[in-house]
Amino acid sequence: MIPAPFEYFAPATIDEALGLLREHSDAKVLAGGQSLMPALRLRLAAPDTIVDLAKIDELRGVRDDGDVLVIGAMTPHSVVQSSPVVNEHARLISLATATVGDPQIRHRGTFGGSLAHADPAADLPAVAVALDASFVIAGPDGRRTVSAADFFQGVFSTALGEDELLVEVRVPKYTGWGAHYEKFNRVAQAWSIVSVAAAVRLDGDSIAEARVALGNMGSTPVRATAVEQALVGGPATADAVREAAARAADGTSPVTDLNGDADYRRHLATVLTRRAVLAAAGTA
Amino acid sequence: MTRITVKVDGSSFTDEVEPRTLLVHYLREQLGKTGTVVGCDTGNCGSCTVHLDGRSVKSCSLLAVQADGHEVTTIEGLSTNGQLHPMQQAFHEHHALQCGYCTPGMIMQSIDLIADNPDPSDEDVRLGLEGNLCRCTGYQNIVKAVQAAAAAGGAQ
Repeated sequence: MIPAPFEYFAPATIDEALGLLREHSDAKVLAGGQSLMPALRLRLAAPDTIVDLAKIDELRGVRDDGDVLVIGAMTPHSVVQSSPVVNEHARLISLATATVGDPQIRHRGTFGGSLAHADPAADLPAVAVALDASFVIAGPDGRRTVSAADFFQGVFSTALGEDELLVEVRVPKYTGWGAHYEKFNRVAQAWSIVSVAAAVRLDGDSIAEARVALGNMGSTPVRATAVEQALVGGPATADAVREAAARAADGTSPVTDLNGDADYRRHLATVLTRRAVLAAAGTA
Repeated sequence: MTRITVKVDGSSFTDEVEPRTLLVHYLREQLGKTGTVVGCDTGNCGSCTVHLDGRSVKSCSLLAVQADGHEVTTIEGLSTNGQLHPMQQAFHEHHALQCGYCTPGMIMQSIDLIADNPDPSDEDVRLGLEGNLCRCTGYQNIVKAVQAAAAAGGAQ
């Protein structure tokens, strides 16, 4: 189908974009468009105004900033996926990004766009929560920073106000950590039914630190703190990891839909967590 | 209406378009380049794949205004002087199509794939074509064709 008519703006600066969002109350921000365009075509979305961020150069790129990596909101997935600094300091992001959509979608779709869209079945939100990323948001009163845990507020809902923009994401470095992203879906290119993002730091044979987050186990990504606590200080053996992973679904309330009911998702979460943590430990 | 200037298959075009015009509709209806086809309404099938500044994209998931100032290559821009592109030739020789509807997108994505990976395994090809659906062939001959084109140095 053809999208409903809208007014189109492609500002060159963040300030100009913020001004447009202030002036047009029914504006929708266009990043890479790989979620928004299908929604426009199916007329699930019909905004009066589209503000395209593609011409704002400062929103694009990956940089090394001391203890953190900074990923510009408009950096395409394909650039993040092949970035040597991301691979070295936040391998979990490289691995998860490589599973987003398909190659064409990764050429257009952006890191920040996927996060700001906040689809519960998307790949990157759980990764951002697992890695304690911070989200830098620009608005009429300047910039503010929100933790990943506070950024995601519900299905397609985030801490971003209607007159605000996601500028960049700051990720602490996890240099030397093992990482794995385990995604369960039935066919190529499909959304995950459940996904698990895991990163671990080993000290000899035991797990010194662990970060585990679940995707599509609720309206927002869920940090599996019970699993993390059970893993830390223990050995990275199949038995110990299985025991810790059994707590993955604790406190979660996943949906029941055509892909699986809530019980099935809770079971999947424990299995995928075991696989993800063992694989992460294997690469540490 | 918004004025755009786009280079398509080597020629420059300046046109007035409605902002809501999809790139694929601009290519087909305004420029007459019907080689690029529309298969689905959800960005799934990949049959509308073209290259934007040398990288594969789904032209149904892009507005024509987003291509302003950029360069697009479609299936119609691949052959030179009546010579098929090596990827087109390989699809022909290996019978990598039946109904042919997915073929323009398959060929455009396959060229992108072997530009990144000049010696792809079976699995690399299947994964690299995960965004392109074929409902006839079972993909077997498509995989063969892509590997043959890669071996023949078809990334150019």
